Amino acid sequence: MDIPYTVEARPDTGLYNAKVGIWLFLASEVMLFGGLFSAYILLRVGAEPGTWPHGWQNIVLGTVNTVVLALSAITTLMAWVACKVREFGKFKFFHACTLLLALTFLCIKAVEYSEHLNHYEIILTDGRIADGDMVSNDPAQDHVVIKGRVLEAKDENKLYDLRAQKDIPESEITIQRSQIAQMDNYGPWHNTYLALYFTLTGLHALHICGGSIVIGYLWGPGRKLWKKDPERFTNRVEVSGLFWHFVDLVWIFLFPVLYLT
Amino acid sequence: MDAHVEQFPPYRKADDHGHGHDDHGHEHHEPGFWGKYIFSTDHKVIGIQYGMTALCFLYFGLMLMLLMRWQIAHPGKPVPFFGPFLEWIFAHPGLPNPAAGGVISPDLYNSFGAMHGTIMVFLGIVPLAFAAFGNYVVPLMIGAPDMVFPRVNMASYQAYFLGGLVMFISFFIPGGAAQAGWTSYSPLATSIPTHGQLFWIIGMILLISSSLLGAVNFIGTIIQLRAPGMTWMRLPWFVWTQFITAFLLLLAFPPLEAAAIMQLMDNVAHTSFFLPTGLAVGGHLAHISGGGSPLLWQHLFWFLGHPEVYVLILPAMGIVCEIIANNTRKPIWGYKSLVYSVLAIGFLSMIVWAHHMYMTGMGTVISAFFQATTMIISIPSVIILTCLFMSLWGGSIRINTPMLFALAFLPMFGIGGLTGLPLGFNISDIHLHDTYYVIAHFHYVVAPGTIFGLFAGVYYWFPKITGRKMNEFWGSIHFWCSLIFMNLTFMPMFSQGMAGMLRRMADGGANYSAAVNSHAGGEVIGGLSPFIMSLHTPILWAAICLGIAQIPFIINFFWSISHGEKVGDNPWQSTTLEWQTPTPPPHGNFEHVPHVYRAPYEYSVPGHASDFTPQNEPEVSTPASPKIPTTAH
Amino acid sequence: MSESHPTTAAAAGAPETHDHPVDFNSYMRRCAIIFGCVLIAVALMIWTSYLPEDPFSWAKKVAIILVIASCNAFIVAGYLMHLLSERKMVYTILGFTVSFVIGLFALTIYAMNDFPRNTVIH
Repeated sequence: MDIPYTVEARPDTGLYNAKVGIWLFLASEVMLFGGLFSAYILLRVGAEPGTWPHGWQNIVLGTVNTVVLALSAITTLMAWVACKVREFGKFKFFHACTLLLALTFLCIKAVEYSEHLNHYEIILTDGRIADGDMVSNDPAQDHVVIKGRVLEAKDENKLYDLRAQKDIPESEITIQRSQIAQMDNYGPWHNTYLALYFTLTGLHALHICGGSIVIGYLWGPGRKLWKKDPERFTNRVEVSGLFWHFVDLVWIFLFPVLYLT
Repeated sequence: MDAHVEQFPPYRKADDHGHGHDDHGHEHHEPGFWGKYIFSTDHKVIGIQYGMTALCFLYFGLMLMLLMRWQIAHPGKPVPFFGPFLEWIFAHPGLPNPAAGGVISPDLYNSFGAMHGTIMVFLGIVPLAFAAFGNYVVPLMIGAPDMVFPRVNMASYQAYFLGGLVMFISFFIPGGAAQAGWTSYSPLATSIPTHGQLFWIIGMILLISSSLLGAVNFIGTIIQLRAPGMTWMRLPWFVWTQFITAFLLLLAFPPLEAAAIMQLMDNVAHTSFFLPTGLAVGGHLAHISGGGSPLLWQHLFWFLGHPEVYVLILPAMGIVCEIIANNTRKPIWGYKSLVYSVLAIGFLSMIVWAHHMYMTGMGTVISAFFQATTMIISIPSVIILTCLFMSLWGGSIRINTPMLFALAFLPMFGIGGLTGLPLGFNISDIHLHDTYYVIAHFHYVVAPGTIFGLFAGVYYWFPKITGRKMNEFWGSIHFWCSLIFMNLTFMPMFSQGMAGMLRRMADGGANYSAAVNSHAGGEVIGGLSPFIMSLHTPILWAAICLGIAQIPFIINFFWSISHGEKVGDNPWQSTTLEWQTPTPPPHGNFEHVPHVYRAPYEYSVPGHASDFTPQNEPEVSTPASPKIPTTAH
Repeated sequence: MSESHPTTAAAAGAPETHDHPVDFNSYMRRCAIIFGCVLIAVALMIWTSYLPEDPFSWAKKVAIILVIASCNAFIVAGYLMHLLSERKMVYTILGFTVSFVIGLFALTIYAMNDFPRNTVIH
């Protein structure tokens, strides 16, 4: 006996099996990201007033990523529509676009991560704080060069709002290693905000990778099923598309929460 | 009962459109050994895989418990017989031996404690109750050919196996296994300088993923693959409990997965999700960014932790219901109440979690909220127990091994449940939190509660899987010894807890007991009197006897596979669909799509020739020739 | 029930398509509109985040931005994921999920803020 309702819908629920499966899975993903978002809310609300960073992200790159992902959601839907009207050529085109857009997203993300990891906060022995992008950190030399700003110890809160620092001009600063009390780059260890940023966007990026692998499989080796059972293939495209749209949905909340607030 | 048969479209057959060589290969060629037993996608094989693995882990967890009980009763003394083995297995060059001289050091005790909890809950009970029994029985009970996603099913077992392997291996790495309790509270979890916690987190992520895949499968199967005529209110109650359990796993596990990812980041990437500003470890300020919240971990952990305990109990309740209906030869009393109660439990269990956190300084309003929901959730539990008790009234009770375990479940779960009430009240929990009272409470619910239900299930469904019954005499011995020794082990712990003995003390409270207040002229302070301390020894002996009492079960289990009494397809004369298949059910389970005509517990229906009517037996206008009801034993 | 492979979606039995057959070009137009709405929402959120601190505290800005994001999410979920034409079973599953997420957020945040204050006697 075969497993029924793999392609045609069960009359009383009106759904085929994979549809039920993917919505259940997406429900669990909502709880997963919900758990992380609840952590974000809790840690942000519980932080000391004035110590939660604003403006630490590159809004241009973030906006580009948002547009890229939204476009990929559109191309995903169109790929499914193409399957529904049985135009396989259009399906191939649209999902190729989806994969390229996904790759673009990940590359931009990688650029953002490396920008953060290259940004240093150096606490000097006299209490001042130098903050900027590392230009040169040669271990053989006795100094480091950063391109950024030096803040007085009393202005420490300005670190948390990059927009408030705009009145201080940026310049290349050479700092002797002997003057450095502590040096730390803007990785997840630096600050709970960055920890949340890296974890949330990292997990999101992993989901992009996973979704890309599934869509890539359907676009490539999986297309054999199109010839044997186009309806079943269309359903697979729809189900993977739903996952992709969910990943876009998560970004719709991640972007404003991490970049714009 | 109505005889309405819904018209369903014909199922697609494999040869209708020529597809499916990739996933219906079994119909064209026999899989080899690996495809049939190791990488099988058949729900019955996967169920057995889960069951065997889980039983092994349960026994391993029992061994850990015996080592711990020895240490509690004889702190600082070398473990007899196993001491040299422990010393050898935990030796690492360059590191102090945690079992030097055969003595269990406090660190080793803590890792045993943490792993006993983790293994019993996540590697033992959940896989056995939910995955093993569910996988084998649920598709059969609803008339389905398999689970809705067979390959996902296989993947979920493999993830479970890998997670179990990671947990098991963690014992043998330098520094040993996780030590921060099965609850892995931060900051302790990330402050311990060994890698055991890392292995624990990775193992948990694998196990959570396995459960999520399984949950999707179960819910999808029960929604989509019910046979024609199997309406929601005709489902055996066991299927309902598995359905709700799957929902709990689906929705409650992910926040713990999120928390585990954050704790992993704390451990590996030195973030401070759960580490507060100003944290000092070993007397020195920790080099962390701070700003984290240890309470956040607790909230996210217990958001799963509480639904988890319902995951542990619901499948066992379902099994007990099936067995009671079958062995009283009458329908279950209050089927509708049972269904609505289990739905209520499922929903409410997601909003009671902070009753595990009464001692974290929560204010009165939020504590009152959680206390109220906790009290409310006891109502459906009592309704369920009442329905099961009432089902015995007026029944034609057959006593066999499954029924013995099922009957004992009722008072044992009653004790466990009732002793939970003082813990659910904020005020009394102040005295009882983290004491042995808690240990006694939850062990009563899980050990003579759930595990008895699971034993009942093993004895009950063994004939369907193997075609033979397990030996009744040794089953009775197993039952009576387990019942007596379970109670002797856990009942004294209530007294110890009420006297103030705390959990997780490697020396069993010896230090507290010996505390002397010199200003008060040498009086003993604290409530751990010599009598309370002396209870450790009988508990140890009861626990050892409990471990020994499982040996007849193990021998009976394996011996009966080939030498047990041979029986037919429906030896218990049951009405539910899993007994209406050949034994063991073939691949695809049913020759033809079964049609369901009636409710699940049509026993002793007046006017019928036999005392049970299977769910898929069609209505007949004239009574059939009378079948002589046989008594099974 | 016809087994021939149709060129329109409706006859294929997909329950979430509308009564009229799927027209590729009309879908393209719909997608363009949806994409436009998403871009507008993103632009609005960015603009909101740059509003001056004085009348608009960060708390107010966060609230406005989250409302816009929710509208954005509604459009994506409703139209791109076909949620507006989905079945009752899916709504039931998601309904429970959303209520539990709200429970998780609300109860955890309430719990973190409800604790006895002024317990130290100076």
